[in-house]
Amino acid sequence: MNHSISLTVNGARRDFVLDDPRVTLLDLLRERLHLTGTKKGCDRGQCGACTVLVDGKRINSCLALAISHDGADILTIEGLARGDQLHPVQAAFIAHDGFQCGFCTPGQIMSAIGMMQEAQAGNDPERIRECMSGNLCRCGAYAGIVDAVLEAQGQMDETNQRRSA
Amino acid sequence: MKQFDYVRPASVAEAVAAAAQPGAVYLAAGTNLLDLMKGDVTRPDRLVDITHLDGLDGIEHLADGSVRIGALVSNADLAHDADFARSFPAVAEALLSGASAQLRNAATVGGNLLQRTRCAYFYDTASRCNKREAGSGCDARGGENRTHAVLGWSESCIATHPSDFCVPLVALDAVVEIEGRGGRREIALEELHRLPGDAPQRESALEPGDLIVAVRLPKAAREFASHARYLKVRERTSYAFAMVSAAAALRIENGKIAEARLALGGVAAKPWRARAAEDVLKGVAPTADAFQEAAWRALTDAKPSGDNAFKIELARRIVVRALTLAAAGTPARLPALPASPFASTSGAIHA
Repeated sequence: MNHSISLTVNGARRDFVLDDPRVTLLDLLRERLHLTGTKKGCDRGQCGACTVLVDGKRINSCLALAISHDGADILTIEGLARGDQLHPVQAAFIAHDGFQCGFCTPGQIMSAIGMMQEAQAGNDPERIRECMSGNLCRCGAYAGIVDAVLEAQGQMDETNQRRSA
Repeated sequence: MKQFDYVRPASVAEAVAAAAQPGAVYLAAGTNLLDLMKGDVTRPDRLVDITHLDGLDGIEHLADGSVRIGALVSNADLAHDADFARSFPAVAEALLSGASAQLRNAATVGGNLLQRTRCAYFYDTASRCNKREAGSGCDARGGENRTHAVLGWSESCIATHPSDFCVPLVALDAVVEIEGRGGRREIALEELHRLPGDAPQRESALEPGDLIVAVRLPKAAREFASHARYLKVRERTSYAFAMVSAAAALRIENGKIAEARLALGGVAAKPWRARAAEDVLKGVAPTADAFQEAAWRALTDAKPSGDNAFKIELARRIVVRALTLAAAGTPARLPALPASPFASTSGAIHA
């Protein structure tokens, strides 16, 4: 039996017909939309490489059935930059060497953006490490990742202060 | 993953009818279910997706002073609800000590209660497991079992229930609201999970089609808010299941414990309420000696199920430390590492 669903992916509405309900959100993004920035690491919710924002919240797309997210708004790593202008978190990862091989990086960046929106960690490195524990980096670039998040968080705080001033 | 039919019911009644069929299971976030299905550990014929049902995702404060948490409220939304966290700080701390931020954003209240054990032999379909396949045997019993149960286990099964959330909930007398083929009913959370006995494949008191629609905390549970903690020892600082955990809540009046609540996690097939320990604390001053006595009472019936005798002594120490932290008072803000013995604000390192 075919199932029709529609998603908003990086701002654009996309309609799909699924001939198999087993398709995960991760596989839909990669195989149907060819948005391969979102990575399949463990495929079991343990590594965080598949992190995307669904309705503004970071989740593991490997443990989400696409069919169950009919109507959802999805943001992936491909939806961050505006042309050549990187998202501040992307720029901060480059500035602070927040990666080595880069495989976990899209998930790290999406997770960091989700974390900043959750506003639980602030600029406390210990809280940032705890709130990012769902993203593994086998190259061990954690020090650079925390520095990048701290810088991006600082920029966001400054922007917010300017807006409220 | 085995092929399945996907059903999206329009009402709770439709959901119950659809899920009462043999081979059907409910799908909420799926964070545990999909993992199990990918490993062929669980092979449902039909998924009944309840995530689009209305009315199951609210946190309500009822006129009688209780709070009612819809089954589809996410673990993160509940933990970060300021009113809820203020009233039930040990529950918020337990939630935030579990899984990762991504999983907490997706995973639901109802799903957390019904998550399956993380026993490696349950997950490994090449192993014998009485829980996965009734009557096949238990390879955990003679296998790698240092993390397994020390209370309430049987020769058939030594698995533990992995939830953090359930531990303070059971200490605080949480009630589970269930919609089933016979209508609405409710049971104490303590009655939801079953000990294995000779039928470990039956994990809960739920019947086919039964849907958890809400969890309720009674008004009396609020009275512990100023002295309530959750403490969890795990094999890494974050994103790991409990080796042993404890929820401790005290109501202190005039320097004495008017009432104590204590439950343990990671030690049995259900969140383990330690009533004998609670009884010995009633009416006494919150001293180290009293907490030691409570810890002994809590583990009186414990026995190793394998290479895990250390968990009994570990559990005693966790009980003492959790009670010590609770007596010191709930911190104004949760520590950076929730429920961790290594958190900078968790108190003395040596209880």
